[in-house]
Amino acid sequence: MWLLKFSWKNMWRNRNRTAISMAAIFFAVILAVLTSSLQEGVFDNLVKNVVSFYSGYIQVHKQGYWNERILDNTFESTTLLENKILQQANVKAVAPRVESFALASSNEFTKGCMVVGISPESENSITNLSSKLVAGNYLNDNDLGVLVGQGLAKRLRINIQDTIVLIGQGFHGAMAAGKYMVAGILKFGSPDLNNQVLFLALPTAQTLYSAEGMLTSYVLSLENPSLLRETAQHIQATIGSNYEAMTWEEMMPEVIQHINTDKGSMLIIQGILYLLICFGILGTLLMMMVERKYEMGMMVAIGMKKKTLMQLLMFESIMTVFSGCILGIIFSIPIVYYLYVYPIQFTGEFAKAYADFGFEPIFPTSIEASIFIKQGLIILVLSLLLALYPIVKVARLNPVKAMKK
Amino acid sequence: MNTSTSTVIDAHKVSRTFNPETIPVLAVDDVHLHLERGEFTALVGPSGSGKTTLLNLLGGLDKPDKGIIHINGVDITKLPANKLIDFRLHNIGFVFQSFNLIPVLTAKENVELIMQLQHRKKTEIAERVKILFHQIGLEDKVNTRPAQLSGGQQQRVAVARALASKPQFVLADEPTANLDSKSAANLLDVMAKLNVEEKITFIFSTHDARVIERARRVITLVDGQIHSDTARVETNVPHEVDKLKL
Ligand SMILES: Nc1ncnc2c1ncn2[C@@H]1O[C@H](COP(=O)(O)OP(=O)(O)OP(=O)(O)O)[C@@H](O)[C@H]1O
Ligand SMILES: [Mg+2]
Repeated sequence: MWLLKFSWKNMWRNRNRTAISMAAIFFAVILAVLTSSLQEGVFDNLVKNVVSFYSGYIQVHKQGYWNERILDNTFESTTLLENKILQQANVKAVAPRVESFALASSNEFTKGCMVVGISPESENSITNLSSKLVAGNYLNDNDLGVLVGQGLAKRLRINIQDTIVLIGQGFHGAMAAGKYMVAGILKFGSPDLNNQVLFLALPTAQTLYSAEGMLTSYVLSLENPSLLRETAQHIQATIGSNYEAMTWEEMMPEVIQHINTDKGSMLIIQGILYLLICFGILGTLLMMMVERKYEMGMMVAIGMKKKTLMQLLMFESIMTVFSGCILGIIFSIPIVYYLYVYPIQFTGEFAKAYADFGFEPIFPTSIEASIFIKQGLIILVLSLLLALYPIVKVARLNPVKAMKK
Repeated sequence: MNTSTSTVIDAHKVSRTFNPETIPVLAVDDVHLHLERGEFTALVGPSGSGKTTLLNLLGGLDKPDKGIIHINGVDITKLPANKLIDFRLHNIGFVFQSFNLIPVLTAKENVELIMQLQHRKKTEIAERVKILFHQIGLEDKVNTRPAQLSGGQQQRVAVARALASKPQFVLADEPTANLDSKSAANLLDVMAKLNVEEKITFIFSTHDARVIERARRVITLVDGQIHSDTARVETNVPHEVDKLKL
């Protein structure tokens, strides 16, 4: 107990030094938490954006469809199957699709395009499709009109009310051909979608492709996206091996790759941050050891065991490091929370580029508790490792030499 | 405290060489020394004569290259490092030239520290602190930090701390070197009184003629060897000292 009191007094012997150490740890925690939570937040947001464009978080196909995306790999749509999926915990909404490639012709031009049959209402609940409408009207369930991507419409030189002819191959090699009126024009951030995509009401598309009652996919949105893999596994287990339940990560590995690359560079930045902090703390520790060398020599000379002296120094370090860490976490919570509620907004060119891709031009933070705990712990462990330096010094301390002026 | 007359220090053929590989310095050279309980002994000699080195050896802070040192019957040259620290804690009181006290602790806490290291009971510690501060005449400075004490007061607190552990003897390397003559005399008064009244054994090195004057035995070192070893009556004039011109 007296040793603890003694440490406490030592901690305040040089207020500046203790303050510097504490501040270094304090800011380290705040910065580490902030960078981590920004990173997580930005990626979560990126994923949310990417996923809500088109793919959804999870898709259910006939087994093998994703490898060979042809109409022959469709499955029969049944209420039983749809309900099975919908009843899974964490599944928010399900939208059926039938999609395939076809040629689209206006009076003058023909272009290859992606024809997607959708259930207008469920589709809207997942990808918010109606919000992308820039002209005309959204589809209703048995609509005979089409929605055309803006880029595609431009290429075909068509506008609403114009007629468009679709020609392609249907189910089991059947001929697919139909004539439709343009009901609306959609604007997508993604050029891929904007220049290629064309939506029909589900029954209309099924008729076109001679695939009545058939679907290529169910697109799912989730309540809690962080349970992505577990949910996909549960669905897979429920629907059996005739179907495949794929996460967006499996369908779009390039996005994951991009995120991992970014995380890698962030790790380097954090590494540098940790390193700077370590040097800061080490500096104060070196100062302390120089300042107290004589005194430590004297304490050992008069009979303080080195073990006791090490304990004394350890207590000091632990108190300093813990206070710094805890204060850092306490202060970072409101900062991170504020940036979560009021995310950093980009401005200018950057923002425009983001918006053009249909991304929200913001840097939100993530308020996952694990971020605070993880970063706090990393810095705690780093600081405590550094605190081993004085301990090693004490182990080697020779009282006569230490007391020599 | 044990007051029977018996051997406290018995050093036999003790030598200490620094830098044996490069430029060897024979700081202590074949020293025999015998110290009885209750002695009040000064170690004198010119600068570099080996006083500090010898005291460090006697105090178990340094190990001789040759020779044996018995403290209270224990050969301290054979003790492993950790045991030696513990031995110092229980058997030897130290007073250094300066900066004896830990700045963040009050005078009282500095004295308590050594007894806390000995795991003494709280009540015992409190009692002893009271007695010691009375003996050094600093009852009013118990809760003062070292920085607020004069050099002489600090050294007196250091003496109290050295005594707190109830050591076999107190070893002081130039305890008055940084003190003005009045404070030095005062410190010596305290030490002499403790020696007479409490039979505390002191051995101290010094350059100061007025301090040497107070010793009952004066050991003179020259080039690491004992040049003379004189027992004196308290009232004696310091004749040895005059000759040496310290
Ligand atoms: N750590 C060391 N390394 C090398 N030489 C040393 C060391 N300590 C002391 N010496 C040398 O040993 C000799 C004795 O030194 P010591 O400090 O014991 O003398 P001293 O009598 O205490 O001197 P002073 O009166 O100046 O305090 C000197 O020549 C000194 O230079
Ligand atoms: Mg000396």
